[in-house]
Amino acid sequence: MTVTPVAVADAAALATPVEPPARRRRRFTIRSVGGQVALYLVLVVFAIIYIYPFLVQVATSFKTDAEATADPMSLIPTVWSFAAYRLLFNRSDFPLWFANSAIVTIFVTLGRVFFVSLAGYALARLHFRGRGVIFALIIAVMGVPTVVLLIPKFLVLNQIGIYDSYAGMILPLLVDAAGVFIMRNFFESIPVSVEEQARIDGAGSFRLFWSVVLPMARPALMTIIILSFQGSWNELNHFIVSTQSPALTTLTKGVASLASGQLSQGNQFPIKLAAAAIMTIPVAVMFFVFQRRIMNTSEGAVKG
Amino acid sequence: MPSAVATPRRAGSSGIRRGEGLAGWIFTAPVIIILGVFLFIPVLMALWVSFSDWNGRGSPFSSRVGFVGLENYAAVTTGGGLTERNFGIALRNNAWYVVLVVPLQTALSLFLAVLINRAVIRGRGFFRTAYYFPSMTSSVAITILWLFLFNATGVVNEVLSWVGIDGPNWFHDPRGIIHAALGLGPLAGPDWMVQNTFLGVSWWEWWSGPSFAMTAFVLMGVFTTSGTFMLLFVAALQNIGSELGEAGMMDGATAWQRFWYITLPQLRPTIFTVVTLGLIGCWQVFDQIYTGTQGGPAKTTLTPAYLSYQAAFENQKWGQGAAIAFILFVIIIVFTLFQRWVLRERPVSKRRIRQYQVKGSTS
Repeated sequence: MTVTPVAVADAAALATPVEPPARRRRRFTIRSVGGQVALYLVLVVFAIIYIYPFLVQVATSFKTDAEATADPMSLIPTVWSFAAYRLLFNRSDFPLWFANSAIVTIFVTLGRVFFVSLAGYALARLHFRGRGVIFALIIAVMGVPTVVLLIPKFLVLNQIGIYDSYAGMILPLLVDAAGVFIMRNFFESIPVSVEEQARIDGAGSFRLFWSVVLPMARPALMTIIILSFQGSWNELNHFIVSTQSPALTTLTKGVASLASGQLSQGNQFPIKLAAAAIMTIPVAVMFFVFQRRIMNTSEGAVKG
Repeated sequence: MPSAVATPRRAGSSGIRRGEGLAGWIFTAPVIIILGVFLFIPVLMALWVSFSDWNGRGSPFSSRVGFVGLENYAAVTTGGGLTERNFGIALRNNAWYVVLVVPLQTALSLFLAVLINRAVIRGRGFFRTAYYFPSMTSSVAITILWLFLFNATGVVNEVLSWVGIDGPNWFHDPRGIIHAALGLGPLAGPDWMVQNTFLGVSWWEWWSGPSFAMTAFVLMGVFTTSGTFMLLFVAALQNIGSELGEAGMMDGATAWQRFWYITLPQLRPTIFTVVTLGLIGCWQVFDQIYTGTQGGPAKTTLTPAYLSYQAAFENQKWGQGAAIAFILFVIIIVFTLFQRWVLRERPVSKRRIRQYQVKGSTS
């Protein structure tokens, strides 16, 4: 994007619409500096609004209960207290919840990457009867809202006999229609010529997929990995309806029960916020490591 | 799996494409089976349950389960009892959520996208990251954070007190915000509005606005979704060429005029996408309610999704729960179809071409 001084001044006018835009042309250099300052000022104010809650969350988790209530805004505790973390790790099921979430997330992510890219490849490249119908059905399925599936999912898990098991937690999340869509679009954008040579050499469809096309799909695979990691780590309602035993409680379910007062009476915000903070760390790490790639394909990331 | 490829099933195809038919089906089989078993069949099962008197024990297909027709749907929409009133309240709460969140998140995400698009020197990546981060984090974690921030003596009320506002007890105040703003007592309101009801809920209750608790969730909805939608707008803005804007500038259009008449019309498809995705998402409020308030205070954060869960899993009224879910399904499908209709492929309309021609010559 090319930058002209006028374009920058223009940004200033947008950032502060009250300012009359008169005489901009004549004094655009001074204006552009002022405009740039105003623009960044607004950006910073919003950044504070978006980030401050997370900073205060971490800070409060190190405060005592009394200080958390008396001085909720400060970012540095006057007395550092690790009581919340000690309680979470030594005297609660928190480690178990964390382990369950990790197990489910790993299996779901691996499964999705494989199944979704396999299907995406078939729908983009293999010619077979029924392909159009399958693709249309997958698109239709993308529109089914997850919350109306609460009761249906419970019914079918119960009927098949995998209610309250890891299988019941993992299997339904293994594939994802939006992922198939993303992969198909990606494979369609790869020129056919790359496969032709391998095909002439006699490679079968799976070999073509696995050794020729898949290695080229790294950006799309990254997107799927990030989306399924984030999606299954943050998943709540599927685990509510697919499990009941405490041994299968995930972080989302466990921490939600903390919110309603289990394990702590009254407000006791440090322990709740400590749990929320730890829960955010894996997604945050994932996010900061791979953020460039998320940015490029944001369409699938829309949260319900 | 490679062995499957070698099987020459579809001999009709030309030599080099041999076996593709079978491979295609094998490749898509896991997706078809899992979506079929955990999505398609369950929906049909729930549809049956919504027409039955199943009480949660045994199989819903056993001979002891009876077909009751539209009874469950009737109980929810015209029953006249508590069930109908609860559903009316849930619809009311969620409708306010939709009415407030959708415009706010669309406007805010567009605003942020425009700002970021102009921030050309440095820090663009930082701001994008900062605004997008809440969208990635778990709704459970954010709800807990929100309960803390909007606590009676919490951060939000402390900030409000700087400007002399005595903040409400957010998650415990069941008054509608419009009702509270008018300074009315607990049951006050114009008589004709209090006495007439729709779905068991008086007109006044429909109009009194979301409760303070629901308003906190509205702000949370905007906080967690604006980042995602901002990215959609940023992508769209980068696809817009600068020629029209420069032409407008030559003609002396102000920045605001250029944004309003040149940029905004070109963003129309993205705005439609954001609005409809927002509508679909906003009708599904569940996690926050489950984690945070369980519908309280005084049912003012009850939503259809949560009510459906509560009816089935807590009160064992599976038929009613399923019926509520299907009504919600219909509401969401209507919005989805609306989106498909608006975004359907079509040639550039004459109106649109004319719009640009007019702008080019007059301003």
